[in-house]
Amino acid sequence: MKPRELLTHYGRQFGTLAGLLVLCAVLWALTPHFLTVSNLLNVAQQTAINAVIAVGLTFVIISGGIDLSVGSIVAFAGVVMATLLQRAVPVPLAILAGLGFGFGCGLANGLLISFGRLPPFIATLGMMSMARGGGLLFTDGRPVSGFDEGFRWLATGELLHVPVPVVVMLAVYAIAHFVLRLTPFGRYLFAMGGNEEAAVLSGVPVRFHKTLVYGVCGLLSALASVLLTARLNSAQPIAGINYELDAIAATVIGGTSLMGGQGSVVGTLIGALIMGVLRNGLNLLGVSSFVQQVVIGAVIILAVLLDTAFKRPKR
Amino acid sequence: MSIPPVLTLRGIRKAYPGVVALDGVDLTLQAGEVHVLLGENGAGKSTLMKVISGAVARDAGEILLDGAPVELRGPRHAQSLGLGIIYQEFNLIPHLSAGENIFLGREPRRAAGVIDQATLLDRAQQLLNNLGVAIDARTAVSRLSVAQQQMVEVAKALSLNARVLIMDEPTSALTEQEIRELFAAIERLKARGVALVYISHRMEELFAIGDRVTVLRDGRHVGTRLIRDTSLPELVRLMVGRDLKEQFPKQAAGAGDEALRVEGLSRAGLLHDVSFTLRRGEVVGIAGLMGSGRTELARAIFGADRLDAGKIFVRGHEQVIASPRAAIALGLGFLTEDRKHQGLVLGLSVQENTCLPSVSVFSRFGVMQPAREASATAQRIADLRIKTPGPHQRVFNLSGGNQQKVVLGKWLTTDADILIFDEPTRGIDVGAKVEIYQLINQLAARGAAILMISSELPEILGMSDRILVMQAGRLAAEFSAADATQEKILAAALGRAGLSAA
Repeated sequence: MKPRELLTHYGRQFGTLAGLLVLCAVLWALTPHFLTVSNLLNVAQQTAINAVIAVGLTFVIISGGIDLSVGSIVAFAGVVMATLLQRAVPVPLAILAGLGFGFGCGLANGLLISFGRLPPFIATLGMMSMARGGGLLFTDGRPVSGFDEGFRWLATGELLHVPVPVVVMLAVYAIAHFVLRLTPFGRYLFAMGGNEEAAVLSGVPVRFHKTLVYGVCGLLSALASVLLTARLNSAQPIAGINYELDAIAATVIGGTSLMGGQGSVVGTLIGALIMGVLRNGLNLLGVSSFVQQVVIGAVIILAVLLDTAFKRPKR
Repeated sequence: MSIPPVLTLRGIRKAYPGVVALDGVDLTLQAGEVHVLLGENGAGKSTLMKVISGAVARDAGEILLDGAPVELRGPRHAQSLGLGIIYQEFNLIPHLSAGENIFLGREPRRAAGVIDQATLLDRAQQLLNNLGVAIDARTAVSRLSVAQQQMVEVAKALSLNARVLIMDEPTSALTEQEIRELFAAIERLKARGVALVYISHRMEELFAIGDRVTVLRDGRHVGTRLIRDTSLPELVRLMVGRDLKEQFPKQAAGAGDEALRVEGLSRAGLLHDVSFTLRRGEVVGIAGLMGSGRTELARAIFGADRLDAGKIFVRGHEQVIASPRAAIALGLGFLTEDRKHQGLVLGLSVQENTCLPSVSVFSRFGVMQPAREASATAQRIADLRIKTPGPHQRVFNLSGGNQQKVVLGKWLTTDADILIFDEPTRGIDVGAKVEIYQLINQLAARGAAILMISSELPEILGMSDRILVMQAGRLAAEFSAADATQEKILAAALGRAGLSAA
């Protein structure tokens, strides 16, 4: 692509990136400790969980849907996997089972939406409550802990001096960007979200891919749950509350339209980092968590306001 | 003329980044005239309309209302000055009544700020009656026909005391009868001194309803004529800047083997026992009134809607076509009647749209091959002469004719050889029409089989080798190109319903 086209296609991401850099500069000025390698890795590590969930939501939102059940799936898949770990099932097998469980929950959402013709909001609202209740029933409301040391490596280990969760996050984003830009699945998500009727008449297997995208979203929630369980060294049935809102926020700050049909995971990664940096910086500055919520809410609104202001066609 | 014109535009200029949409355009509107605005897609008609209706601010030039300069600050301001516009896509709220739509945002109120529903309905009803249309102001808009909805739009403009009314392609979705009613309403508006700007691509309408015509080309004013002093060839020459040799460059192609045969297609309430055969190299036209089942037939063959009964044979073999995907795999292509809602994903690029039905062809081991997509798209842009800054341009930004070419490009890319065209030239200009006709001929000459649905009888007569006429979900008649006349087709399309109504 020519530079001009690059700018029109990725202009929004440059804008979000500029926002992130300004934010970092301000925090650096206010507290020198912010811009140390250890703190930045810390931010990346804290961002990883939200960032991984937000990839799934970005896919779903591009396809023209929404998924409210991700937080509950984080909890349910987490306790299922943790119970297997506790019973000395080999770590890779237990992780696979947890991922498969999340994928299954997501597929159930997808089937209800594409074949049951439920609005995504309703189907995933139902799943949000059912998966939450399911996790509580499964554990009797108690946390599950006591794992093999090898499992903890997922939270504490490093690859080439980079914490494992950060490596996982970057790998997920690399794969997701590739899938979105260079596979039929990715292309169909944009087509479905942009104009479902035209997609059907162009021979796009819309119902199959719509089911699949919720499955993928469930799978990524379960992957986030693996990272969370390793970090806390315990799985809790009440984990992941409000995670869907953080993930939607990261997606929206990253420039993906809630109307569907446009968006990017690169934007979402920057969006998730903005939220992570903001939390971290406010903590370093000793701002109370109550004030933090107000600030984060304001940032979401500001991001979208700026977006609409730039997009609005000139008279 | 001694009285100043209602509206005068002088030297209007509007540039967008990269394009000059309007360059020194003049236009005068007299009270009580129908002023036709003609031009190919992209000639600047829509921009000019947006300037008059206040939706777009001009870069240079003057606007005079009753001889006095005005500055339009926005659509609401233009409306308050009596400049109204009726877009092709209506701005009505389906679940509100006709009356509520007419006074939306300006509801008459009682003292306490409560809406005075009785007055609202009274005044709305009076407006509708004055237009001479039989619409109850209490009916929900969703229950009105397209033609009636249009009249609600007209009434809404009149409720704002519109003195200039712009109508953009007002007849594109109307039946012959409804067009006559619209023209009657236009005559009443003229009698009341309203100046109308009328945009249409149907040349025969211009001569029926217009008083003067202004032609735009590439954003410039190329001429204004009195309708009674001009002719179709002159207008076409002004629009395209050259003589079009023939409007319908029909080449008779020798019909070959059977490509598509359908037997007894039925769908409750919509299609009844439809059977016909389509051969390679043949263009079969399907005529009929709106709602006669033409589009339903196309959708059923293409697997978009379920059939209750009937068989479909593709190249002699019976096939069950359960989805559009299955139809595409069999070499079928379907150019839908509504390109914005069914034909294109407007937010995606020319390339992404062109390749959408071929995504599985352009991917290997689950990975897309952008180089192959790019070369196919470049080929389509060149062959179809699609005017676009590049393959990555969003189709949203293209003109209607170019959007239609992108839809065509989709099916050329799949190499479809059984093509169903539903209103292939609706809403596109004369130049692009001829290009599309030439393309249909080329495809037929290469052995493609083409089913062409159209509401424009001259197009059906000009392009088809055979003509099928549908009426109330049935095939009512079949004519060879040599036998068919407008009268015979219309008589068959009206069927018994037409006879009893007469």
